[in-house]
Amino acid sequence: MSRRNILALLMILALFAFSISALVFPLLGRQDMRMGLDLKGGLHLVYKADMSAVEPGEEAEALEGVISIIMNRINPLGVTEPVIERQGEDRIVVQLPELSITDVQKERIGRTVLLAFRELTTDATGEEKWIPATAIIDGQEKVLTSSYFRENTFVSIDAFEGILLLFEWDDEGSKLSEEITGRLINKPLGIFEGDEPLRGDDGAPIAPIVRDKIITGGQITGLSRNEAEELSMQLNAGRLPVPLEIIYDQTISPILGADFVDLSVKAGIIGIALVLLFMLLYYRIPGALASLVLIFYGALVLAIFKLIPVTLTLAGIGGFVLSIGMAVDANVLIFERMKEELRTGRTLGAAIEAGFNRAWTAIRDSNITTIIVCLILIAVGDNIVAGAQVKGFGLTLLIGVSVSMFTAIVVTRSLLRLFVGTRLASKSSQFSPYSGKENV
Amino acid sequence: MFDIIGKRFWFFLISGAIILIGIISLATLGLKPGIDFSSGSMMQVNFEQEVAEDELRQGLADLGYDNAIVQTTGAGDFLIRTVELTSEDKAQMKGSLAAKFGIMEERGFENVDPVIAKRTSQTAGIAVAIAAVGILLYVTWAFRRMPSPFRYGTCAIIALIHDALIALGVFSILGGILDWEINLMFITGILAVIGYSVNNTVVVFDRIRENLVKGISPDFEVVVNTSQVETLGRSINTSLTTLFVVLALLFFVGASIHNFAVVLLIGIIAGTFSSMCIAPSLLVVWERGEWGRFLQWLPLSAIKARSE
Repeated sequence: MSRRNILALLMILALFAFSISALVFPLLGRQDMRMGLDLKGGLHLVYKADMSAVEPGEEAEALEGVISIIMNRINPLGVTEPVIERQGEDRIVVQLPELSITDVQKERIGRTVLLAFRELTTDATGEEKWIPATAIIDGQEKVLTSSYFRENTFVSIDAFEGILLLFEWDDEGSKLSEEITGRLINKPLGIFEGDEPLRGDDGAPIAPIVRDKIITGGQITGLSRNEAEELSMQLNAGRLPVPLEIIYDQTISPILGADFVDLSVKAGIIGIALVLLFMLLYYRIPGALASLVLIFYGALVLAIFKLIPVTLTLAGIGGFVLSIGMAVDANVLIFERMKEELRTGRTLGAAIEAGFNRAWTAIRDSNITTIIVCLILIAVGDNIVAGAQVKGFGLTLLIGVSVSMFTAIVVTRSLLRLFVGTRLASKSSQFSPYSGKENV
Repeated sequence: MFDIIGKRFWFFLISGAIILIGIISLATLGLKPGIDFSSGSMMQVNFEQEVAEDELRQGLADLGYDNAIVQTTGAGDFLIRTVELTSEDKAQMKGSLAAKFGIMEERGFENVDPVIAKRTSQTAGIAVAIAAVGILLYVTWAFRRMPSPFRYGTCAIIALIHDALIALGVFSILGGILDWEINLMFITGILAVIGYSVNNTVVVFDRIRENLVKGISPDFEVVVNTSQVETLGRSINTSLTTLFVVLALLFFVGASIHNFAVVLLIGIIAGTFSSMCIAPSLLVVWERGEWGRFLQWLPLSAIKARSE
């Protein structure tokens, strides 16, 4: 064994040890693989803001306002790594990993909760109907809503009345409320969210009977504790300066995500096992070396994924699994070349060197096309809304192909060189597949 | 040594027939665009009780979703693809389905607005165009020292169009039979196949380049055939190892990425055939200018096949 070979072996072993420890232990502040929303569950929403009512030149400010309000609304949900950012002129992207919420809660992120007060009237046909409770203030007819609440609502638990959502009117709301409740004494006052009545813990619509004029503020009773707390939080988070519309919505439950992880890990292990088995059976000793190199390859690529970090998606794992199938390609090219060189009567050592030198141009040229496609996929993924999968695939395949060129040229060659001169190597028949049978 | 390139007209016939079936299917059935490209909603649900796919489809039709596509993805798991749903539509649909089929859990939901869908389609189209041009330029450059680099580039491109057409044709048929749709993962798969196909072709062409330089024979057909036979083991082995991992993805990860896995599967098989048989054969036909001979051979082979 020459000194050069020993040095190469030591470096390879060191790199392997580094990869494994990077995967097992937290390194550079990375605890775990970074998983995409599709694997750990969560929300990906894209809102389009209706900027028609915004003064020209103030669009950016309006969007910033929207973002800070959405942040206020999301903070209490306890999301570890929320992403809320502006995209283009009128879009806001919200990503909430590992969150599982109801559709109603989801709606409330992008919509200002507006509680409207209604009164009961009897129309011409004798049917009772809830109509908005209005009063005329400064010559204008105005509807009594939660937009006149001060942003200091809170929930209190009272021994007699149960859960209370307490609110205070602002100046205008105070006048409105005085007018309206003044004429509704001993009549019900309904509370609606959109066209739906606000319902209490028992499922019945909340519509208290007005006992006295309500001037400074009031309370809503009968809500469940969770509902009361959430409403209070939403009411205090502020009103959106512009209306938002959801143009993209992707919600994945953490259960489904966990399933995907299990399935793709299984697929990866079985895929690798099949490839290793094939290489061992067909290429024997070089196949065994290639299998070692493939295990090294897998550890190194996964360590790179963790350290960069690459956000793994289902398609990204697909890209990695595919890259394993393709990573052996470089080894196959080299071994086939070696086989030919051995047939022409070269010694094993010479055949190895010739095999590598001749296979290199094919390895390089063929991988470049895959790299071109990967770069295009990454660019596409960055430019479209639902592009996480496309980008994930492009990125993992790109890293996989690049690393496979390195492992084939550096690692496989070093291991083969080490073998030359050992006792096994004297049985050169073990280096060519199907020796004896294949003399075409 | 095997004479593979000598059978070139048969390869053209086989590929031509498969592509023709695909094109007929594309012209009549077309491709079904998924929500990524045409907007709409996709909901993944799980029912606690056993629900038959047909019953669920009928249940959705009763709610007014006549065109809903329902696919079983596991025990009690279904994918429901509908037009774009507002939050009210969705709440109503979930309520009605739960009332009819028992406890239902929503596991995943995706809703794509037409604005997003349009942008995605445009981007995907541009990406495929850039990939084709990029690869043409690269292959031409890679073979710049050959007597006619453009010829090699063109043959590699024909081979990749061949693979893409076969994959598209198969998906058109799958769309007609199984309601499979074209989504972003399909396009990703097609691009991966394009990269893979050229990858294989380049390895064969690389050997042709080397053998031409060595001057192993004055006959171009012999050079091409020798190169093809020499790279045969590598082509088949690499395709096999790649097929192993793709099959593992297809069978173990299942419905969520079946579009992707199936495109790769078809693409790898077509790509292996095209880079081993079609692309080198095209080089020989082009070198010898024997397109006329192929056309003459076609009716002959038909007669021969009938008399056999």
